[in-house]
Amino acid sequence: MTSLDVKDGVDQETVEAVRSVGGHYKYGWETEIEMDYAPKGLDSDIVRLISAKNNEPEWMTNWRLDAFSRWEKLEEPNWAMVDYPKIDYQDIYYYASPKSMAEKPKSLDDVDPKLLETYKKLGIPLKEQLILAGVEGAEDVNLDERKVAVDAVFDSVSIGTTFKDELRKAGVIFCSISEAITEHPELVKKYLGSVVPVTDNYFATLNSAVFSDGSFVYIPEGVRCPMELSTYFRINAENTGQFERTLIIAEKGSYVSYLEGCTAPKRDTNQLHAAIVELVILEDAEVKYSTVQNWYPGDENGLGGIYNFVTKRADCRGDRSKVMWTQVETGSAVTWKYPSCILRGNESQGEFYSIAIANNFQQADTGTKMIHLGKNTKSRIVSKGISAGNAQNTYRGLVSMHPKATSSRNYTQCDSLLIGNKCGAHTVPYIEVKNNSSRVEHEATTSKVDDDQLFYCRQRGVNEEDAVALVVNGFCKEVLQALPMEFAMEAQQLVAISLEGSVG
Amino acid sequence: MLKIKNLKVELEEENKEILKGINLEIESGSVHAIMGPNGSGKSTLSYVLSGKKGYKVTNGEVELAGEPILELEPEERAASGLFLAFQYPVEIPGVGNMTFLRTAMNSQRKFRGETELSAADFLKLVREKAKELKIDSEMLKRPVNVGFSGGEKKRNEILQMALLEPKMCVLDETDSGLDVDAMKLVADGVNALRDKGRAFLVITHYQRLLDHIKPDFVHIMADGRIIKSGGPELALQVENNGYSDLLAEVQ
Repeated sequence: MTSLDVKDGVDQETVEAVRSVGGHYKYGWETEIEMDYAPKGLDSDIVRLISAKNNEPEWMTNWRLDAFSRWEKLEEPNWAMVDYPKIDYQDIYYYASPKSMAEKPKSLDDVDPKLLETYKKLGIPLKEQLILAGVEGAEDVNLDERKVAVDAVFDSVSIGTTFKDELRKAGVIFCSISEAITEHPELVKKYLGSVVPVTDNYFATLNSAVFSDGSFVYIPEGVRCPMELSTYFRINAENTGQFERTLIIAEKGSYVSYLEGCTAPKRDTNQLHAAIVELVILEDAEVKYSTVQNWYPGDENGLGGIYNFVTKRADCRGDRSKVMWTQVETGSAVTWKYPSCILRGNESQGEFYSIAIANNFQQADTGTKMIHLGKNTKSRIVSKGISAGNAQNTYRGLVSMHPKATSSRNYTQCDSLLIGNKCGAHTVPYIEVKNNSSRVEHEATTSKVDDDQLFYCRQRGVNEEDAVALVVNGFCKEVLQALPMEFAMEAQQLVAISLEGSVG
Repeated sequence: MLKIKNLKVELEEENKEILKGINLEIESGSVHAIMGPNGSGKSTLSYVLSGKKGYKVTNGEVELAGEPILELEPEERAASGLFLAFQYPVEIPGVGNMTFLRTAMNSQRKFRGETELSAADFLKLVREKAKELKIDSEMLKRPVNVGFSGGEKKRNEILQMALLEPKMCVLDETDSGLDVDAMKLVADGVNALRDKGRAFLVITHYQRLLDHIKPDFVHIMADGRIIKSGGPELALQVENNGYSDLLAEVQ
């Protein structure tokens, strides 16, 4: 089939998926399972307890305690265009783990069936199946391309990682970060906090003190990772924060594509999610990092939902290294997230593709930072913000060309789409150029889904919600195309589902 | 096929009456033309028939193949066989023409309880129809109407009509913005679709389109009413003398 046919099929999938899903947040159910909680609140004892739960060596415990003492002196930032009640950091559980995970299962076969069932229900079966399940229409894809290894994080712990052995044969390390700390301390010591320093920002410092688990990836020199890697984050326990940490190291000339997904049950109360992702990319290496963020967004009146405060950064340390961030942000009550690229190596490249959808009372303040340090570095930003209902959606981005980053280029395109007349879209670009040979381009548009477009579709027989989905997917097309195929389909469905009830 | 009984319509926001009692009956297999000066309510009629928001029907009925349609959503009317070729076809950036056509087609099929066409069958069908209308396959890959010339947009409307096979086709000023060659192509497309089971309502300001699409009946509309009906000769009368004579006649 030609590429045209495939894309055509993908769009069709979207429309069908919307019909079949028939509304509402699909992942709002809860797993009933006995949990172990650390006492509510945060002090140095809790930090020690989390460290002890993970059997961490002393250097790690001290690293956390250092972060904690710094965090105590910090103030929560308030510059983002988001508004939420003050968070009581002493009213949160910082550690929640299923009781059955007290003794780490040796393999996936030993994992509590309830947990396995949870992931199965989410469409992420933790078996070494070839297909990322829940994705229909993937039949045309070459089998090898469909293998996806999964690290499944449930509340505070990783419950298992698939395809470990097969990956190990290729030299790839893919495990939970808690395992990496004990099994590969030399790598963790060298790179943890080297991209996002402990003191980077309020939420990053908090995460450094209390992160409980997350994923670790190491791709050795010259290795092209034989399959897609992914982490699926699930928040289940009530009043519990999730603080996970991902560290990916791509050695010289290596390549990996990494996917991240997240969901949480529907609750009336807000929950905190403060994660860190660090990517270290060495000479000629390339990392693609794709996120479909679908945390519970709160109900149509703005009750409940996740506060998503995330620090993601890639350090393109080596010459000609490349990173591509792609994100589809449909969930969370509040999103505060700026996946960034430090283009340190000469001729390194950073790309950021984003779709941020805010419906009902959601607030999103998201964007990227492109820090050009090396010569002939290139960056590209394509941001598509969609606002509906009473939502506020802000693109905030920094492009910085340092004096030594000569002959560098940036291209930024920020498009906003408004549905209805009670929502808002804002674009806040910061541009700093400190040399004469670099070029920065910025384009921004704001448009509305207009009634004429919808009527045109409806006159041809497409119902109103499908028509909105069609128009919005068209608006997002450039970003959807940047996603790996499985994700692209999921994302298209999400785009449609997130906007349900936004017209009429 | 289409029965309009004493239809009165106001603009929703202004309480201004646009259609002041339209009566029209269109038999299956026939082609009716509505001509009239600007502001006579021709386009409003096409929008009200297809269910566009912003209009309030204050009186009357419309039946499509014996079924009342004024309570139906636009997509339901479409699936029941009503097609409107737009005067200004709308651009939908990022949505491939092919995707749009297939979504529309399968939505209608699904609504009618028919099986959906597979990608392969659809592709075959659309290529065939495009070829008949001399539409370049490149145009099928581009986003819906984006960057299309005036002629391409109108031909794209006819392509949609050919694919969706409606029972009742309403063409709203399809000749506007077309040069003679483009108009001929469009008219050929329409003529190829003329069929015993299908009726056409051709709305136009000028007679020239009717040289190519020969109507069975011509109606002159002015100030929200049909003021005169007749055969094709009525269109020629307008062509030669303008609307003023006819308007004077009724006053």
